[in-house]
Amino acid sequence: MMFALTPEQQQTLDAKDGRSAALDFVSTYAKAVGATRLIPIASAHIDGCLYHGQVSLDFVKHFIALGAKVAVPTTLNVGSVDLIHPGLVRGEGINANGRELMQAHLALGCKPSFTCAPYQLADARPALGSHVAWGESNAICFANSVCGARTERYGDFIDLACAIAGFAPEYGLHITENRRAKWLLNVKPNKLDHAMTAIAVGHFKGRVGQGRIAGINGLSLFTTEDELKGLGAAAASTGAVGLFHAIGLTPEAPTFEAAFQGFEPEQVLVLDETGLLAELAMLSTVKSGARLSAVSLGTPHFSLAEFERLIPLLKGPKAKIPFTINTNRAALESLSERGLNKTLEDFGVTLVVDTCVYVTTILDDLSGAVMTNSGKMAYYAPANLGCEIAFGSLAECVASAQSGFVVRL
Amino acid sequence: MIHALVNGSASGETLVLTAPISFWGGISPETGAIIEKRHPQFGARLRGKILMLPAAKGSSSGSSVLAEILRNGTGPIAIILGAQDAILATGSMVAQALYGVICPIVIVDHDQFESLITAQKLTISGDEIKVV
Repeated sequence: MMFALTPEQQQTLDAKDGRSAALDFVSTYAKAVGATRLIPIASAHIDGCLYHGQVSLDFVKHFIALGAKVAVPTTLNVGSVDLIHPGLVRGEGINANGRELMQAHLALGCKPSFTCAPYQLADARPALGSHVAWGESNAICFANSVCGARTERYGDFIDLACAIAGFAPEYGLHITENRRAKWLLNVKPNKLDHAMTAIAVGHFKGRVGQGRIAGINGLSLFTTEDELKGLGAAAASTGAVGLFHAIGLTPEAPTFEAAFQGFEPEQVLVLDETGLLAELAMLSTVKSGARLSAVSLGTPHFSLAEFERLIPLLKGPKAKIPFTINTNRAALESLSERGLNKTLEDFGVTLVVDTCVYVTTILDDLSGAVMTNSGKMAYYAPANLGCEIAFGSLAECVASAQSGFVVRL
Repeated sequence: MIHALVNGSASGETLVLTAPISFWGGISPETGAIIEKRHPQFGARLRGKILMLPAAKGSSSGSSVLAEILRNGTGPIAIILGAQDAILATGSMVAQALYGVICPIVIVDHDQFESLITAQKLTISGDEIKVV
């Protein structure tokens, strides 16, 4: 079947304005990926706010010059700078371009969300079964898996073009039969807490699954959304994973049969406690007792629920080393309204919004290791920041911040 | 099966990569040189070449890197790919839309890729590839 536009889409294309330029771009892309039609989308999430060179700015300015606006509610991913806390990010050259790029996106009508976890914002969470065009690997994985929305793994440029056009190509994960699980991962009963299990499963699944959709069996039914967020973020770091099904937990997988759409798994793998611990061990480049330069949480952005779990742990001496938490503006506002930002500051926490420690230069001293409870941060930090990394639980991160060395509990 | 992902024509010397590469992190957006240290063609420059690539891999920011090297003139004049790739297609489309730089991308199957790697010089026109 050949690619074709609907009469209405053809009319939009013939208008020769900003939206038609975007629609033309999406159509060319659709033909390249073998789609036969374009479908309306409910929202978009743009991963284009990180500055990769002049082309990053030129592309957005091209649409501004054509008078384009986004056609659907559109959130923005993290940028290169924290616009709320100027001075936190160092390096002025890249900052000026990064700031201009973030502001150019606002001129197109995008919301100043600047978060990698837009699904945590009440008005940006995609509905079950809705088609969306989202960028940013962890956001894509969460939207597909936990929200049950449908997005392909959109990247630079094409996510913004879809937002302005209001349409996406119908291919890949937009199509029901492409969403079935292909292989089964059986997680054996273990003594790890749910958060640690989720990170280990995500790391393994991305590493060995080669982008194929997994059905995961054996996760606790009390696994929280934040833990599934951590699972998806780790999986989307170690592999090209855009969707997973946690049987009994995620909306398209109430049962094994639903997850596999009646097919048999092409492969079954088992992860027991030893295997889980081995996955977690891969996330640290230093041993227990190693000197730390900083603790960094919130990759992806910390949710309010995660702050609520963290705050009771902040007892005793304050942090001896820099302790940063990346979060979104809405969470920061909520914390401030409740006076909780004071509790965090008193412990020595620096709240970072709009950006993320792993893509910017916020940490001054990286001579010691950085500790995190994020599988994604642990995976990327050695290359992105050039530092040693220690992965641990939330409680271990707090205890380590108090001691200045990696503490295992 | 030969299929033009991005249409156009080009003629020139080939640069054959023997391993997949991620444009983001693997190729310098300033110089168009391969900077991934473990890559077999580490140090090679894409400028002015018909790039023969068994497959792309990695981050979607590869679109930005391809578009940027096409903008600053350090990029390839065409790409022959052994596997479908939307990330590179996007980068080439952006360079065409913004700067009028045309970098055709042609998808070939495994046998065709193998048969072309010994050629020093190729001519591409739409979905036709000729050894010069």
